[in-house]
Amino acid sequence: MTLSPYVPIVGLLILGALFALFSVSIAPIVGPKRYNRAKLEAYECGIEPAPQPVGGGRFPVKFYLTAMLFIIFDIEIIFLYPWAVSFDALGLFGFVEMVLFIVTVFIAYTYVWRRGGLNWD
Amino acid sequence: MILAEDPTLQTFENDVWWIVLIKLLGVFVVLLLLTLFTINYERKVVARMAVRPGPNQVGPKGWLQSLTDGVKLPFKEEIIPKTADKVVYFIAPVISAMCAFTAFAVIPFGPVVTMFGQRTALQLTDVPVSVLIVLACASIGIYGIVLAGWASGSTYPLLGGLRSSAQMISYEVAMGLSFVAVFMTAGSMSTSEIVKAQAGGDPQEIFGMEVTAPSWYAVLLLPSFVIYCISAVGETNRAPFDLPEAESELVGGFHTEYSSFKFALFFLAEYINMITVSAICTTLFLGGWRAPAPITTIWAGANSGYWPLMWWLVKVLILLFGFIWLRATLPRLRYDQFMRFGWKVLIPVNLVWILFLAGVRVINDEASRGTRIILIVGIATVVLLIALLWPSAKKAPQLSVEEQIQARPQGSFPVPPLDLQVPPSPRARRAVAERAPATVGGDSRGDEPADKEV
Repeated sequence: MTLSPYVPIVGLLILGALFALFSVSIAPIVGPKRYNRAKLEAYECGIEPAPQPVGGGRFPVKFYLTAMLFIIFDIEIIFLYPWAVSFDALGLFGFVEMVLFIVTVFIAYTYVWRRGGLNWD
Repeated sequence: MILAEDPTLQTFENDVWWIVLIKLLGVFVVLLLLTLFTINYERKVVARMAVRPGPNQVGPKGWLQSLTDGVKLPFKEEIIPKTADKVVYFIAPVISAMCAFTAFAVIPFGPVVTMFGQRTALQLTDVPVSVLIVLACASIGIYGIVLAGWASGSTYPLLGGLRSSAQMISYEVAMGLSFVAVFMTAGSMSTSEIVKAQAGGDPQEIFGMEVTAPSWYAVLLLPSFVIYCISAVGETNRAPFDLPEAESELVGGFHTEYSSFKFALFFLAEYINMITVSAICTTLFLGGWRAPAPITTIWAGANSGYWPLMWWLVKVLILLFGFIWLRATLPRLRYDQFMRFGWKVLIPVNLVWILFLAGVRVINDEASRGTRIILIVGIATVVLLIALLWPSAKKAPQLSVEEQIQARPQGSFPVPPLDLQVPPSPRARRAVAERAPATVGGDSRGDEPADKEV
């Protein structure tokens, strides 16, 4: 009996998950438990923790911006990979197409850069 | 002469189920042992670099230290903060560790060998999109970190988790782009085929001996290799890019609130990720399990049987040593410098390099002279366009030290800039001090009444 080559990947995933789940569930059972109110507070270097807004509150918009830029470039990478693999088959036509694509993304990239979208300070 | 038999994608489809199971357990155990070894290795190397002995008590020369630490951790009390989101808090380390393990499924360790009477490759499996699977595991691993930071219900982990995710996705773009050149040259995304593509070098006569020049992509595609190495350090959150865990700013980063074995899983995941990126680097850029080219000239059997495991391990350990060396040597970067470097240097350099490489290859392939001229003109136009569009940083008018002092409100104390403005260079300050040594600190002394009003 032979397996699809994708099965071992799933196998390792399951093995890893079992190991992680097992060790995470066994630790609270074998470990000691000594109740102390202060231990259950959120850690803030020993001072009284500041009240936390529900769900983490608001954080700088820069993180959202980075995430959106990441998606754009990730899509670019997704288009680049098949082209790179079959580069020899596509030849000149593929190259010209890709140059057009990269230049298009590059214009958007330049725009973001000029507008300060890549600055963190 | 015994030649190494390269596995093909067909080899992996023919594996019997029990061989797959043995290899599965083998990879898992190797990964755990390698992690335990790497933790000790790191502690010892860092210690030597700091001129101290390092762990030397547990086991022979201290080599069992990380194993005993691992056994100790589950027997420690597990503290879950009451602000934590219990379910997500529980799942986050599992996601991290699980993804770290999975990425190793496609790493080639060696050629086809005879294992229990079966011909099989020293690699768990290989598919046409192997490298994509590694990238996918790296991406999903980020979820573990973000969710851990969010679920802890505490300020430091939240900040650490956010920083970490932003950093990892930024450097994943650079990392993904650095692979494109490799895929282009090898014509495949399967790890075993990339190793195979790096096998044949041009034999050259040196001192009467036939020596094969290395056809490693680290040499052929040097810019990709450099970019990969930098982004691998950023991707694994290692020093000098360990901003999510910056002790001086964020305590422990995303795992501040984690204790007992949940913490151990994050630790494990970090080290496995280090080993994975080293193994990927070995596979994609350093010729994989093959012995370095000069060795095969002397010893023809270097690439056959189980020997390649040794070459693989040596290459990975050298790369891991690089990681540790960086940690022992370099100070941590500032977050804005770090993100700027990723987005404004690595990504554009990478894109230009890919276009350049593709252009050179197309020009080599296209025989006719007319097309070549058109292509060269076309590439020149594109380069010109990029150069014209290249965003030039608008320099803010630089105030002199005296002007900066004037700009402060009357009677204020000399305070460091609060808006994260870069202080003037020491050279400029010295020049001002030489011109008028007494006035720099003396301006607030003159109008003390104003000071009292405030």
